[in-house]
Amino acid sequence: MSRPASSLYEPHRRIRVLAGPVFGAACFLATLTGVVVLSVLLGSIIATVLHRPGVHPWYDVASNTRDLYEFLKALVTRVRSRDPALAGFRIGIVGSLWLLVLVAVFAIPVGIGAAVFLEEYAPPGRLRRVIQTNIANLAGVPSIVYGILGLALFVRAFGLNRLALGPTLWAGGLTLGLLILPVIVIATQEALRTVPSSLRQAALALGATHWQVIRDHVLPVALPGILTGTILGLSRAIGETAPLLMVGAAGSILRLPRGPGDRYTALPVEIYNYAKEPSAEFSTIAAGGILILVVLLLSMNAVAIFIRNRYSRSVRG
Amino acid sequence: MSALTRHIPASHSGLWAGPSRFRSLTEAGVGAFLLLCATITVLTTAGIILVLGLETLEFFEKSKVGLLHFLTGTVLNPEGGKYGILPLIWGTFQVAAGSSVIALPIGLLSAIYLSEYAPSRVRAVLKPALELLAGIPTIVYGYLALLLVTPVLKAIFEPMGIPVSTFNVASACIVVGVMIIPLVSSLSEDVLSAVPRGLREAGYALGATKFEVSTRIVLPAGLSGVMASFILAVSRAIGETMAVVLAAGMRPQITLNPFDSCETMTTYIVSVTGGEASYGSPEYLSLFAVGMALFLSTLALNLLSEIVLRRYREVYR
Repeated sequence: MSRPASSLYEPHRRIRVLAGPVFGAACFLATLTGVVVLSVLLGSIIATVLHRPGVHPWYDVASNTRDLYEFLKALVTRVRSRDPALAGFRIGIVGSLWLLVLVAVFAIPVGIGAAVFLEEYAPPGRLRRVIQTNIANLAGVPSIVYGILGLALFVRAFGLNRLALGPTLWAGGLTLGLLILPVIVIATQEALRTVPSSLRQAALALGATHWQVIRDHVLPVALPGILTGTILGLSRAIGETAPLLMVGAAGSILRLPRGPGDRYTALPVEIYNYAKEPSAEFSTIAAGGILILVVLLLSMNAVAIFIRNRYSRSVRG
Repeated sequence: MSALTRHIPASHSGLWAGPSRFRSLTEAGVGAFLLLCATITVLTTAGIILVLGLETLEFFEKSKVGLLHFLTGTVLNPEGGKYGILPLIWGTFQVAAGSSVIALPIGLLSAIYLSEYAPSRVRAVLKPALELLAGIPTIVYGYLALLLVTPVLKAIFEPMGIPVSTFNVASACIVVGVMIIPLVSSLSEDVLSAVPRGLREAGYALGATKFEVSTRIVLPAGLSGVMASFILAVSRAIGETMAVVLAAGMRPQITLNPFDSCETMTTYIVSVTGGEASYGSPEYLSLFAVGMALFLSTLALNLLSEIVLRRYREVYR
């Protein structure tokens, strides 16, 4: 040390200089775990799907892609079977689509309605605070508890056989609808809060009624945010398994549901049933089902996130 | 607007006829509908509490098990009429603790990276990627545990003479941990980015490095918000079902061995539904009692997280 005083002004200089980049690198690596996990996940599942007799080497991308396509096409057209060579997800996929429609019909209007009530109608006070706290807590309730609720309320109706829906699509759709209600409400509320109040005041000043202001001005401006929340909520509903196991989406259904009052099974439930089997062939089938599910959900979420990012940029700019 | 003028007859122009009866009816109807929507969310909570409460009471009545014995009994054997859920509590605790050990540090580091270190362009890519990851259904993580994590654990530990069972706690901890990383990082990142800029600038002005600003100024300032996100993540881990069912199995036992299987509260509920318990039998009703325990523990954690977060918000208002 040529300057003895420098150690006084710069205590632990070496450690300080070193610690920064090391910590930064650690933080960066931690952030990358997410990306790594996503690629390992998709990679291992695709590898499992392709790992069948007569495989092409991995670098033969064209044949592998064709193989994958053929395999997934077969899975989509076949129904559940004890024979892995004949097993598929047709019933589950149709069931999931039915659920998607029922959930959307129930949860979207109710969720948006509740959010509009909280943001535009409810006077600030106890009522609003109670509902708000309640929604925040509902968002944290484990999905299986919603399954229990659906089982007791919709499937059994507390033993009142007249009202009981049984293990039908109605019961499944309503249960999942309640499950994603908080997601839609919270997202819609956030979207409504970004609408400038000058817009409301201008419309009111021109003589529009409360509902006209909301219908013609507030909701259209908040639409991208609402859309994002709704898509995220619906994709959550599609991926849920535990509540459906509770409300009776049995795995052993071999025909397509004829209507919302019919018994059903869903894609994630079928995946669960195949994944439980110890044999490697069924594991491959489960991997194929997961690939279908993940691609569907990731594209739904990507659309939702894209809508939101694009919208928030246009507001800022 | 034109909608208004249309309803005023030409002879009265200049005199406003007042709101039409149809329109005030619409206004009232819409208000009532929106209130109904908001009420449905409150009714959901009421329904959950009612269902769980009633059926739990019935369980205690029919099974003749005392509350104390229910909570502290170490044997869970529904066929033998023994309902001690301590093994379930222990299993749940193991999975929650193990997954927290993985998720909390990684999630926090990645939150610090995203809020303090990341250039805005990197952030714009990584944040949506994390959100996509959060949208992957839990059954996929469970399948990944069976497909990848457990075989890797076997390959590492079995040559060392440590037996690893097909369903084990360690792989459940790993997949649940990985699953809740996006939750921790995105909630903590929100809190850290909200720390006022002035605090950071004051730190830099005093000659602190980026590392010191991040860990000694920003992190302590956002600590209670970070804590809130930790608590929420633990609550998510407790309520997690499908990943644990496929990774850790369904054997209720109290063991310290992380390579043995266990049963959590959520997996017990699934196993009862999947079993042959008849409707109204004590075994069937025990599902609701365990559901009540699960609901109350996650509710307590969620409320705690909210209180902690509120304290954080008060500091900076």
